[in-house]
Amino acid sequence: MAGAVTTVASLSSEARPKHLTEARPVRYLLIAIALLFIGVVIVLPMITVLSEAFRKGWSAYMDAIRDPDALAALRLTLLTAAIAVPLNTIFGVAAAWGITKFKFRGKNLLITFIDLPFSVSPVISGLVYILLFGAQGFFGPWLIGHDVKIVFAIPGIVLATMFVTFPFVARELLPLMEAQGVQDEEAAVSLGAKGWRTFWKVTLPNIKWGLLYGIILCNARAMGEFGAVSVVSGHIRGETNTLPLHIEILYNEYQYTASFAVASLLMLLAIITLVIKGLIEGKLASSKRGH
Amino acid sequence: MASNRIRKSALPGFRFSIGFTILYLSLIVLIPLAGLVVKTAGLTFPQFWETVTSQRVLASYRVSLLTALFAALVNVVFGLVVAWVLVRYRFPGKKIIDGLVDIPFALPTAVAGIALTSIYAPNGWIGRLLDPLGIKVSYTPLGITVALIFIGVPFVVRTVQPVLQELEAEMEESAALLGAYRWRTFRKVLLPELVPPLITGFALAFARGIGEYGSVVFISGNMPLKTEITPLLIITKLEQYEYSQATAIALVLLIISFALLLLINTLQRWTNRRLRSA
Repeated sequence: MAGAVTTVASLSSEARPKHLTEARPVRYLLIAIALLFIGVVIVLPMITVLSEAFRKGWSAYMDAIRDPDALAALRLTLLTAAIAVPLNTIFGVAAAWGITKFKFRGKNLLITFIDLPFSVSPVISGLVYILLFGAQGFFGPWLIGHDVKIVFAIPGIVLATMFVTFPFVARELLPLMEAQGVQDEEAAVSLGAKGWRTFWKVTLPNIKWGLLYGIILCNARAMGEFGAVSVVSGHIRGETNTLPLHIEILYNEYQYTASFAVASLLMLLAIITLVIKGLIEGKLASSKRGH
Repeated sequence: MASNRIRKSALPGFRFSIGFTILYLSLIVLIPLAGLVVKTAGLTFPQFWETVTSQRVLASYRVSLLTALFAALVNVVFGLVVAWVLVRYRFPGKKIIDGLVDIPFALPTAVAGIALTSIYAPNGWIGRLLDPLGIKVSYTPLGITVALIFIGVPFVVRTVQPVLQELEAEMEESAALLGAYRWRTFRKVLLPELVPPLITGFALAFARGIGEYGSVVFISGNMPLKTEITPLLIITKLEQYEYSQATAIALVLLIISFALLLLINTLQRWTNRRLRSA
């Protein structure tokens, strides 16, 4: 999914000779259609979030955000991301190293497996953990016997988030490291560098922008995931609610202004993510070209 | 090949990295998914079949598949226009439009869900305009489609954009030299090249739409047989402690998703080959 996103250097219409572009009215019409489509489908919902959030003014907005349940939801969202993102980052780097620096059988199958979570419905991503750790699940009786709670508690939320954000870092690193090849690392090793030193001094500087790109996309999804987390959360206010779940509860209780106020925080996160992504893309393109 | 192997093994860390990859992959993804299959295998086939073909479940497939199909088709048409305009024309605000295309990837689905519901509710910004015309969007299948159009925007645009970028101007040049009009050049020269990425983008948006939950639940109204999507029905069954029914329906949804994934991978390999040979 994220792998489909590509940087596109713009080719201006001025660069195209007249007979290879459309007549002016056709150009304007197509631009108008595109702007209208993006405006109605994407910009309008974003404006709605802001306008609903501030409908009752600044102090109502701040009250909604400073509400103890909202702060507890924010803490849980940050905690979840703080566990899921680093683990998936370590996995992504290890997988990309193993897959791109060596030749072995079953490589394509492994890549397909890594991509699996992208094509699984978020609801199923939560369901699988209930089947494993729920009261009726495979490990349910043992967990109850030892008084360990995984689903309808924080560990379940973290696991479901790890599942849905699983491929993000690996997906970004695989094509990048594949394109960079193994010459740099081999040179370092032949000069006597040890494995870890080679990784820190040679590989990491080469992949840092791609790695950062994967991490911020992984983080945005980890903080915003709704379906999977909704299935495994106990929906206990102040305890097992993440920010997206808190938005749902407020909305279903007809507290629209508060709901949109919390939503505006997550929208801000999305915008920041995309701005950073845009800044990184330029660097990423040059690090791919450099090899 | 043999010398290749020796050369590759000059680098350390193969066992460690692949071992860790397989362990982590198994724990987080493969074993949980296998659990789904094992759990379903606990049902006899008639039980399974009865569950996944009951009237309410069939109605939910119908709602999910039709709304996802329609939304993906809308995205094919408008996604092509957006990609075309972004690659070929220059206009103010182009960079911002290009960035906005990714919003559905980055914006949490619950946020999109409540925003769309309030826009298309009878007293909302667009709902208010459509209500006098007798068009209801929120709490109807049309509302589900609107949510899935939002979710699907980036898929078509981002698969068509790089292909459009790579297309050689010379091909169009020779078509023009041979006297073809612009529209004919588009149909005969460009469109055939754009069909594979359009189908890929369509399949990606369609697959995402079938499994989508967060943006849809708020706007759909969730009426059984009418606006109940399959992912929501799975949650409903879970909340009623009908675990085996929920699992059986989930398995059907999973099989549909994997079939689409297979199709998408095949198409992408095909597109990449064509791009490289071009």
